[in-house]
Amino acid sequence: MFLRLLYESFRRQKRRKLLAGVAIMLGVGVATAMIAVATDIGDKISRELRTYGANLIVTPQEDTLDVEIGGVNLKPPSDGAYLSEADLPKIKGMFWRNNIVGFAPMLPASITLGGARNVTLLGTYFARSVVFGKQDFITGVRTTHPWWKVQGAWPEDNSEDILLGDHLAAKLNRTPGQDIELAGRPHRIAGILSTGGPEDYEIVAPLALAQEILGKPGAVRRIYVSAVTKPEDAFARRDPKSMSPEMYDRWYCSPYAQSIAFQLQEAIPHSHAEQIRQVAQNEGTVLSRIQGLMLLITLAALLASALAVSASMATAVVERRGEVGLMKALGAGNLAVAVLFFAEATLLALLAGAAGFAGGALLARQIGHSIFASQITIQPVLLPIILAIAVLVTFAGSAVAIRRAVKFDPVYALRGDA
Amino acid sequence: MFLRMLWRAAVLRRGRAASALLAMVVAAAVATAMLNLYVDVQAKLRREFRKYGANVVVVARDGQSLPDDTLTTVRSALGSGGIAVPFAYAVARTPDGRSVVVAGTDFQQAQKLNGSWWSVTAWPKASHDALVGAHAAVVLGAAGKPFDLSFQGRSIRLNPVGTLQTGAAEDSRVYVSLAEFVEWTHVPYSTVEISASGSADDVSTAIQRLGQSLPGADVHPVRQVTEGEANVLGKMRSTLLVASILIILTAAVCVLSTLTGWVSDRRRDFALMKALGASGRMLQGFFAAEAAALGAIGAILGFSIGVGVAIWIGQANFHAPVTPRLSVLPLVLAGGIVIALIAAILPISLLRQVQPATILRGE
Repeated sequence: MFLRLLYESFRRQKRRKLLAGVAIMLGVGVATAMIAVATDIGDKISRELRTYGANLIVTPQEDTLDVEIGGVNLKPPSDGAYLSEADLPKIKGMFWRNNIVGFAPMLPASITLGGARNVTLLGTYFARSVVFGKQDFITGVRTTHPWWKVQGAWPEDNSEDILLGDHLAAKLNRTPGQDIELAGRPHRIAGILSTGGPEDYEIVAPLALAQEILGKPGAVRRIYVSAVTKPEDAFARRDPKSMSPEMYDRWYCSPYAQSIAFQLQEAIPHSHAEQIRQVAQNEGTVLSRIQGLMLLITLAALLASALAVSASMATAVVERRGEVGLMKALGAGNLAVAVLFFAEATLLALLAGAAGFAGGALLARQIGHSIFASQITIQPVLLPIILAIAVLVTFAGSAVAIRRAVKFDPVYALRGDA
Repeated sequence: MFLRMLWRAAVLRRGRAASALLAMVVAAAVATAMLNLYVDVQAKLRREFRKYGANVVVVARDGQSLPDDTLTTVRSALGSGGIAVPFAYAVARTPDGRSVVVAGTDFQQAQKLNGSWWSVTAWPKASHDALVGAHAAVVLGAAGKPFDLSFQGRSIRLNPVGTLQTGAAEDSRVYVSLAEFVEWTHVPYSTVEISASGSADDVSTAIQRLGQSLPGADVHPVRQVTEGEANVLGKMRSTLLVASILIILTAAVCVLSTLTGWVSDRRRDFALMKALGASGRMLQGFFAAEAAALGAIGAILGFSIGVGVAIWIGQANFHAPVTPRLSVLPLVLAGGIVIALIAAILPISLLRQVQPATILRGE
């Protein structure tokens, strides 16, 4: 009997149910999309912030003092310690390897050019494929220094072609495709590099070439690492040595800039890894501001959705006072009427909620595609949470109206004196 | 008469009118807050990005030095919003013959420019106080003890009051105040780091202006900073736009369904008036006026609440209030009235086709 009442109610009042259902669907859809975007936005913006380039730097442990002004190294080139190029792939074997967007080794060498002019030649990877285990990974300055612009073409990593900084090129009056003599051998200029930084006055070449000129095969002076990190908090700043084992595990397994630096140090022998504070610190601030904003906006979206759902439910119930009067006149108790209405509300909330969830997921995907050009993942755990919220809100929205409808004297209700 | 009917209708059915008004107020508040945020968030985020340090750098052309009045020229070209910090560099020697880069700067301005990412234990205040980079401190062994440096035969005794850590070239340097640096080395400043505020266009016009007023120097943007900023701001703007549209849409649906319920609830009033001889047009006018009044009152109330919410969000999240935009008010007001009218007219036109007798009989 109860089931039949429920069934008939849905069958006969298609229009009203549809209206309430659409409101719930819309509300749930918007809430789902906003929650999905908000939970994922940290990661998305963090990846966008990688435009700022590397946020970690690895140097040899026993490093001597850099004597460098405006990017020009004034120290004798043979000075100081080196890292080994053979250790580089180990970066992709770390715990947080999937958070490593890219890395680029650097090896500066000082060369004389033409007259007696001293110029820095910087050896690096452009977009080189690095193999660790079965993984193939392409990395180099094109990922870690995305603001470097090349007029002409990027050199191949296994070639002997070079890039000429644009100020240097203007001074030497060279264009891409011409040759330039470096350390007694001609090299083709593949492109002119513009960075807005010290590299504009330098020559950038494949790492092997710099190693050859320096006479140090396999040597690397420093490694820039670009990693997706979590904003720093008080816990991140603590010294890992003073932590209890559980705390240490938690610290080690959080993608803080500090813990990734710590793991880099473990992965590469005799190294010292540090965050580049200009990038890492500000990234953290911007990220936490954006996350805070999205949280507040999601709350606003939830509020608006809840209101829309409860408003449409309340309207739907009030419209059915006559029906309540009839049921009561036929002997139904307050409880029976209330249970029927709540059952209807639950059914409606579940159906429309599921449809809304699917719609919201699609919407979130669309947002991810059109704004961030990448997938927004919807956690499956969101479905039961969203459905529970939908049912709860629908209940809350209809509760007042149902109470009023149930309390109403059936005589008046049936006479139409609403 | 018309006004009295409007007034009595609102007073006698307080409950329903109040819930319709509440929906309107909440929707208008949410819409106002979102629109205000959307307009202001760019400025707020840009302010956060300005903490990344300089976005424009002025350097002397090869082999030349910057004219003495460069700093004044830069500051007057920048106006009040920008920060300009001079830097001078020289390679000095420690007593045991090691080279170290010494930089002279204006500490007050440098703190304003880079304070958020330079990790500094204490900023120098007195004369001959120095800020020592973390690497330099280890190499110099200067654990709080004064140390000597010499440059072209002239030596200076510096007092390390604080250490500096940035993870970049600054770690290997010793910073002293510009006046003492010039007095000691006779080397003038060669670099001016500038933080120009405003949008990307503002920054590029500032760069052009600087380039014109400083013909002897290279003025260029720090592309690492400017491009990253543009990228993130653009994405945030689109995300916020989508979020605002979605939320305002949901709020509008809420208002629509509440008001529709409110109006169709009153179909007996409608029928009674019609039975007493009111024309269809007059009835429509009456309900429309009622709905418009509700929409307008709700929108104005909601606007003031929404501005409060926006200010609170600005304070809580960005530690600076969002400036209320009055330009949002007409938008919210018009939106509120239009939605209210739609919500009222829809059920009325449905009811118009029904005979008043049928409604009054209660069917």
